[in-house]
Amino acid sequence: MEHTLLILLLPFLSFLFLGLMDSKLSHRVSGLIGTTVLGVVAALSYYTAWQYFTADRLADGTFATLVPYNATWLPLGALHFDMGIMLDPISVMMLIVISTVSLMVHIYSFGYMHGERGFQRYYAFLSLFTMSMLGLVVATNIFQMYLFWELVGVSSYLLIGFYYTMPAAIAASKKAFIVTRFADMFFLVGILIFGYYTSSFSFDFAHPVYADGVTPFASVDTAKAVAAGGFILPTALVLMFIGGAGKSAMFPLHIWLPDAMEGPTPVSALIHAATMVVAGVYQIARMFPMWIAYAPEQMSIVVWIGVFTAFYAAAVACAQSDIKRVLAFSTISQIAFMMVALGVCMPGHEALIDNHASLGYMASMFHLFTHAMFKACLFLGAGCIIHAVHSNEMSTMGGLRKYMPITHITFLISCLAIAGIPPFSGFFSKDEILTACMHYSPICGWIMTGVAAMTAFYMFRLYYGIFWGTENKALHAAHTPHEAPWTMTLPLIILSLITITCGWAVNFGSFVSASGADYQIHLDPSIATTSVVIAVAAILVATWMYARESQPVAVDLKEKFPRLHRWAYKRFYMDEVYQYITHRIIFAHISTPIAWFDRHVIDGFFDFLAWGTHKLSEKIRGLQSGNVQWYAFVFLLGTILLYIIMVL
Amino acid sequence: MNFLSIFVLIPLVMLLGLWLARGVNQVRGVMVAGSTALLALAIYLTVDFLAERAAGNTAEMLYTASFDWIAPLKIKYSVGVDGISVAMLLLSAIIVFTGTFASWRLQPLTKEYFLWFTLLSMGVFGFFISVDMFAMFMFYEIALIPMYLLIGVWGSGRKEYAAMKLTLMLMGGSAFLMCGIFGIFYGAGGASMNILDIAHHTGGCRPIAVGEQCIWFPLTFVGFGVLGALFPFHTWSPDGHASAPTAVSMLHAGVLMKLGGYGCFRIAMYLMPEAANQLGWIFLILTSISVVYGAFSACVQTDLKYINAYSSVSHCGLVLFAILMMNHVAATGAVLQMLSHGLMTALFFALIGMIYGRTHTRDIRELAGLMRIMPFLAVCYVIAGLANLGLPGLSGFVAEMTIFVGSFSNEGAFYTTLTIIACTSIVITAVYILRLVGKILYGTCTNEHHLALTDATWDERFAVVCLIISVAGLGLAPWWISDMIGTGTGPIIDVIQSAVALNPFH
Amino acid sequence: MIQIEYILVLSAIMMFAGVFGFMTRKSTLAILLSIELMLNAANINFAVFNRMLYPQGHEGYFFAIFTIAIAAAESAIAIAIMINIYRQLKNIDVDELTKMKW
Repeated sequence: MEHTLLILLLPFLSFLFLGLMDSKLSHRVSGLIGTTVLGVVAALSYYTAWQYFTADRLADGTFATLVPYNATWLPLGALHFDMGIMLDPISVMMLIVISTVSLMVHIYSFGYMHGERGFQRYYAFLSLFTMSMLGLVVATNIFQMYLFWELVGVSSYLLIGFYYTMPAAIAASKKAFIVTRFADMFFLVGILIFGYYTSSFSFDFAHPVYADGVTPFASVDTAKAVAAGGFILPTALVLMFIGGAGKSAMFPLHIWLPDAMEGPTPVSALIHAATMVVAGVYQIARMFPMWIAYAPEQMSIVVWIGVFTAFYAAAVACAQSDIKRVLAFSTISQIAFMMVALGVCMPGHEALIDNHASLGYMASMFHLFTHAMFKACLFLGAGCIIHAVHSNEMSTMGGLRKYMPITHITFLISCLAIAGIPPFSGFFSKDEILTACMHYSPICGWIMTGVAAMTAFYMFRLYYGIFWGTENKALHAAHTPHEAPWTMTLPLIILSLITITCGWAVNFGSFVSASGADYQIHLDPSIATTSVVIAVAAILVATWMYARESQPVAVDLKEKFPRLHRWAYKRFYMDEVYQYITHRIIFAHISTPIAWFDRHVIDGFFDFLAWGTHKLSEKIRGLQSGNVQWYAFVFLLGTILLYIIMVL
Repeated sequence: MNFLSIFVLIPLVMLLGLWLARGVNQVRGVMVAGSTALLALAIYLTVDFLAERAAGNTAEMLYTASFDWIAPLKIKYSVGVDGISVAMLLLSAIIVFTGTFASWRLQPLTKEYFLWFTLLSMGVFGFFISVDMFAMFMFYEIALIPMYLLIGVWGSGRKEYAAMKLTLMLMGGSAFLMCGIFGIFYGAGGASMNILDIAHHTGGCRPIAVGEQCIWFPLTFVGFGVLGALFPFHTWSPDGHASAPTAVSMLHAGVLMKLGGYGCFRIAMYLMPEAANQLGWIFLILTSISVVYGAFSACVQTDLKYINAYSSVSHCGLVLFAILMMNHVAATGAVLQMLSHGLMTALFFALIGMIYGRTHTRDIRELAGLMRIMPFLAVCYVIAGLANLGLPGLSGFVAEMTIFVGSFSNEGAFYTTLTIIACTSIVITAVYILRLVGKILYGTCTNEHHLALTDATWDERFAVVCLIISVAGLGLAPWWISDMIGTGTGPIIDVIQSAVALNPFH
Repeated sequence: MIQIEYILVLSAIMMFAGVFGFMTRKSTLAILLSIELMLNAANINFAVFNRMLYPQGHEGYFFAIFTIAIAAAESAIAIAIMINIYRQLKNIDVDELTKMKW
């Protein structure tokens, strides 16, 4: 498994090379270099996965965790900060997701970014991002994860702000970075607590996820933390979750993600749909044994934040008119599904195989995998559409199915997948999540089923708005939309093929499951039927409302509930709340007074000292007038005075 | 002749050379030759030092030597280096080297400028090699005085005011410091000025009484703390940096401010461990205020140099914060932070100087879209900004993480709370750095005057690239320097921790 | 017989006239005159003490002569300065001569 180092090293070298050469290379050459490197990385990842999953399982049915590299990067006294590569089922699965989507995006960007200024820089940043994301998933310890976590944050910042002359992109990149940084602060404090009380940053290599009868994180000494009080480890884990919530755009830290759509669309597909935003989910999954062992009650925080976010984002998505915003909110909602699935996974110490209580973990990872594929496909499809009509607004679209057949079909497949229609991949993963939720609590299960229906509704609203519905004929006559070049359609086709097949062709549970053992996915007929029926109903409603040329029902609803529509359209004013907090409170009521205080009070004090000295010397200066006659007079008086004193 | 004394000798020879030099080219020649020699020497010293340590030499100070200087007053010229000093010497050499290139085209009075610049660097090098308190103090003063002229003559803006303020405040600090040093000297029996003797009670020195320590410790700490931008004695920094010419800002923020932290650690805390434990908490509160306060202040500044100066207050506050945590990891982090802050602030100031030299304004409201106009400088500025906000792979991350891990390992809610407060600075830093980058580099430039400007010249590129390589080198491969620093901070922290019983929070 | 006191009173009056003049006059020339008055008062004392108390010695006379010589040199310089000041500023009033002050 020594070749895994190349998976990290190659994109990094490609980043350095492209970044340093920059405009010395032509667009074509730099794009080819970036794509070739990524192709090699993807091939290596597939090879790694092949080797890893075809190796013999251990006696307890799990895959062995491999650590081909691990070296001390920074010694910190008793602790140490290592860098290494760790391969276990979820990290190998993530390697496949990241390298696949990244490769697709690299190919796609050839067409999408054609002729853009800064093409070379774009490919350099893509390489940087890919390297950081791969480093994040193979981290051997929580600190390495944090390091790459920060790096993906920065590459996301750079890519959102790619069009750096557009004010909206600048603001969005800033917002994305600062909001996630704010969350990262909690993550860091969580890591510090964890590291201090357990004297280690390492993940447990020996016991991958959770095996029956084995203490989780056996190599991590939790005695000190337990001695210090039961709240220590839960606190640390919840703080880490806040960090994960920031990256994964959980309410109320989700506000950066919709704005992040200002970046180039392929970037949104790669970073803000498929890979970086699921880092939070991945982090929870990574720390999962700790959660179930030390903070099982706090898991409900994850669940209910996830449930609320899923609902909130779905509600907002129903009212957006910018197609990328709809997709962004749908991403938030789907990531919340994954979070919920992790939260509801509650394996007890009893037998784990075929136990619905431990289904959530596998469901979450499964959904992560399928979602990455179909959401990337949706975003890349949206990119083709934007490429064709040069706008994000749904009002400029409508009726595009005639002009862009390939985009239309792939988009439809992905929409069906996300809506949960069999046999597309989303159906299988979502069904597992709903089963797990139902098992956890029926309320949670039914809310999530409702959100799944909303998902189907808004996705088809989007689909009809773009490809059917009211066509903007004036615009299309002036500038006829055309199908994208093959570099852009090829990734769409590949991704939609994966979407069609990956649900039923492979048994995901045999690779990743809570116990690490082979788990046969089987559908719960009642839940599967319910969810399909509800999804189909939602699609029919959407068809009824949005498929036709005129849309009386939608307009009518908008007019009947103007306030609700406006609130949803304005995303329930969450951005305004943040704007208020940052500008009104932090800038105007903390920073400005502090700056004033510094200039006027503290600096004023020192200036006052100088001024006082100056004034005092001016007073004293009068005594040394330089008038010798006056000196003589004083001298004489003094002599007389001294004489009198002496005589007396 | 001791090997370390060459660090002082080279600047002396440079001074002579500059005095004899005729014309700008000869002056540049002398400067390049001298600063390259210094850099080579510093690198050689580092390599040799690491080799000595690897060979198992565990003496606290290496290459020690001592000569009587003013025998009746027990003043000696004693030199020696440990891991901390080696790191600082390397930093100083890098900054002096790049500073030379950053002021390549300085006009007018080039020769005089470099004379003072060299004198300043002589003071800095002398300070870091000395182990005699008096010699240290003398070199400290040598480093401070040229500042007045460098800012007053070659500065910009309200330069007379700034020069006066900076010099007076630092002199005020020196006054405290001198009291403190003499207090330590007589408190320890008046037998030796040598730091090692006083710390280990050898050479006729006796332990300083705790009551006396509590008088001299605050004086010494504040004395050095003024230079280390300790709240509330930091206000010279914004004005001073804003007015100073580029290379002087670089040297000042990059190296001179480190004299403060270094002195606090090496003299105040090392020699008076009991008082450090007893009174450290007061300064710890002040430094955590510095960290957050500097960052918040930087958020609303409009002058590029002010932003950076306040950011320095925040980062240097972190240095003092970490040494006051009084444990091995935090102290190592403090020195790493000194290195990292020195390099990246120097980079920042160099870039600001280059931008200012072209646009003649530092007001961020008047600048926009520089990315299109001067891409090289702008990209480097982004890198400097990212280093400042702690991007992994650059130096800031390594230093901050070491500090946070170190300070978190102190027992007690007091320390934990302060560490969490200090952690918030990483968010606020991101706010002001991104605000700055968004305002001046991104966007579209509307000032047609600026549109005609050119990108960096070769000398500027060279200086900036050297600094970036150093920043990235420290960020990518921190283990060797962290180990080296650890050998230096170890003995000092051991001495301090031996008095831990007096700490009210332990 | 003239008693020593008479002469001493005379010199004291001269001395204090000189002091008073030195402290009150505005003209540099008048101040110089006052200084001469004080010096001469001292000279008289030298002479009279030598004559009356130590008739066998000559030190008092020598000192007086010495003083006269120095006073002459000093007046010459002082008057030269004054003439130069007058040429430059058309004024020798001490209160107004502030040109060289800080």
